[in-house]
Amino acid sequence: MVSRKVSRRRLVAGTAALSTFAVAAPFVRGAYAAGSLSVGFWDHWVPNANGATEKLIKEWGEKEKVDVKIDFITSQGNKLLLTTAAEAQAKSGHDILAMNTFLPARYSEQLVPMNDVMDKLIADNGKVNATVEYLGKINGKWLAIPATTGSQIKGPCTRMDLMKKHAGIDIQAMYPAGQAPKADNWTLDTFLKAAEACHKGGNPFGIGLGTTSDNVDSIGAIFHAFGAVLVDAKGEIVIKNDQVRQALDFYKKLMAFLPPDVAAWDDASNNKFLVSGQASMIMNPPSAWAVAKRDAPQVAEQCWTHGFPAGPKGRYAPFLPFFWGTWNFSKNQSAAKSLLLFLSQASSAEKMVEASGGYDLPSFEKLTTFKTWAEAAPPKGTLYHYPNPHNHQILSIAAAPAPHKIAEQIYNQGIQTQMAVRYFKGEALEKTLDWASGELEGFMRN
Amino acid sequence: MADIAAPRSMSLSGGQRSSLHKLMQRKSTIAFLMALPLILLILILVAYPAGYAIYLSMLNKSMTRFVGFGNFEFLFKRSTFWDVVFQSCLFAITAVIFKAIIGFAVAHFVHNIPSKGQRKWRGMLLVPWVIPPAMSTLAWLWLFDPSYSAFNWIFHQFGFGSISWLGETNWARFSVILVNIWAGAPFFMIMYLAALKSVPDQLYEAASIDGATWWQRIWYVTLPMMRNIIAITALFSTIVTFANFDIVRVLTAGGPLTSTHLFATWAFKIGIESGDIPLGATVSLFMVPILAVGAAFILRDISKRGSET
Repeated sequence: MVSRKVSRRRLVAGTAALSTFAVAAPFVRGAYAAGSLSVGFWDHWVPNANGATEKLIKEWGEKEKVDVKIDFITSQGNKLLLTTAAEAQAKSGHDILAMNTFLPARYSEQLVPMNDVMDKLIADNGKVNATVEYLGKINGKWLAIPATTGSQIKGPCTRMDLMKKHAGIDIQAMYPAGQAPKADNWTLDTFLKAAEACHKGGNPFGIGLGTTSDNVDSIGAIFHAFGAVLVDAKGEIVIKNDQVRQALDFYKKLMAFLPPDVAAWDDASNNKFLVSGQASMIMNPPSAWAVAKRDAPQVAEQCWTHGFPAGPKGRYAPFLPFFWGTWNFSKNQSAAKSLLLFLSQASSAEKMVEASGGYDLPSFEKLTTFKTWAEAAPPKGTLYHYPNPHNHQILSIAAAPAPHKIAEQIYNQGIQTQMAVRYFKGEALEKTLDWASGELEGFMRN
Repeated sequence: MADIAAPRSMSLSGGQRSSLHKLMQRKSTIAFLMALPLILLILILVAYPAGYAIYLSMLNKSMTRFVGFGNFEFLFKRSTFWDVVFQSCLFAITAVIFKAIIGFAVAHFVHNIPSKGQRKWRGMLLVPWVIPPAMSTLAWLWLFDPSYSAFNWIFHQFGFGSISWLGETNWARFSVILVNIWAGAPFFMIMYLAALKSVPDQLYEAASIDGATWWQRIWYVTLPMMRNIIAITALFSTIVTFANFDIVRVLTAGGPLTSTHLFATWAFKIGIESGDIPLGATVSLFMVPILAVGAAFILRDISKRGSET
């Protein structure tokens, strides 16, 4: 094994040679720094995006004399989710594993604390948003590192031509490339009127109401914009409040202007709706635009990614972070931490963002202005506002601030979208609230 | 019947033999040894997971405490659970009935095709059954797609409106049942065809001489002769249909709302996606005792009829 051939002195000398590795020194000095490391990362949608991550890991492995084995595991068919569950049960598996949204909290007892790494990263890259903190830190313990690959904001992606034609809104003027947003008038009222106008014009908004992630993320941000909370941070069910009623009333009006089958939409439906040329707006990271660039360039050149409309309680956008965590049964935790620190450096993050065509999103506040987003085209600047560079909106996740084990169930079972669909289909509002309240009570058991 | 594989003369010719040797010569021992790989496979891939699922279903949500049948009690109070029970029964019973009827009818058609051309028809009719369901269901998804349904495109050509195949509760239930029937009917067809071929022609000739109509021949000759095959096929298909996962998962993922969830898809939603593995295991085990009792009755009946004949 390599670890037995590499002395500690040689390893430290090697790491001190480069400044980026000097950052990782507290971790690689450990007795188990060298040796082998197995890594399970999310298999990227974007072709060749894995290449950048692989190259960075190899670069780190060569410098550190660590033999790294990389598996890119697809999330298609829940493969990554099943791998995580199997490794947690078997107490054996990768030293580093990619985990989405609520998984660090689900496996909090089995993950190595990452406070030392996060303290260093926050000092270097700036603080992380509140959603990353909510999902990744419990009782003062950082459970995992927010990953650059796979993390995303699911903001509106608007067809500029159709929005201007049907609703008279110049979205590019509202969100100019290279400048702060001028979007004070971009509110939920404006949004609803635009939805109606686009529906009448034959190009409705494509906002799904199924129970998959894209659908739940959109409704989650709008619920937050109304201040509508189902379960509070203490775990109390507070669903029967006016804010929830307002949010549901809003969705009832909105659904009348959406395609009739949105209750059956999955995460691919909105993408297809945009690429087909039917949608005037969808809520998605730039993957839909990237597909349009390849398959329907005339659609892509009219797309503009921008911020969410503001509601009575603020302007919220759904942020879906991926995390990189290390199991407490990992045999090379020091090397794992060293690699994670290296991958989270600004230079590494920039390479990942570039390779993903701007899809990937670092969670640190100083890492939201890479040139990839500013230069992405067509049209130039289409992704400038995607990483929220002016902190124009509050990044959120549906079901927050409920305790994680409750929030995870609300999120994964699409309770908010189910409420909206039930109410829209004619169920009395109070009956919908009673149903949801019953479901929430079921999520409370330990 | 003697339980010795070798003839007695041979067993004695060797003189004294060790008891191990004698044991190895017993038919039952040889049968056991030959079946051992399969038994081991079943133990590893079926018995162990089933036992582990039972163990998991008796733990609390965080899997730190034994709660006995607490998870089952909890489920009985959930309205969504009873929706899933209803949907699973509707799905399985409707699908099995239609698969049996269609399989029976098609088997008769194929049986009446001259033997020269019968093989190619049998092959073609088996295609839905031999394609992996996850793959064929993807093709159905394109036909039913919420926005780009091929069926709706055809309706539009004839001036009809669109149907929200997967977006409306009843249509979504219809769609998943339809795909299950499409995929499962060939199994019934091939089983019934084999049974039909074993019915002696003399019985039909005798019935014809007695003046039996077409329906009477079916009712008094064919069905009684196929009774065991019908029972076994229906039992097997009911168990498999109750446990269906892929069709619903690919087509609707349980939606819209939760109106097409079956035990397996809901168990996956709760156990794997939402992180409540004990409750997911409980949902997946719910049908086991009911199906086991049903299976015991049907198999006992078959065995009884077998011993009568």
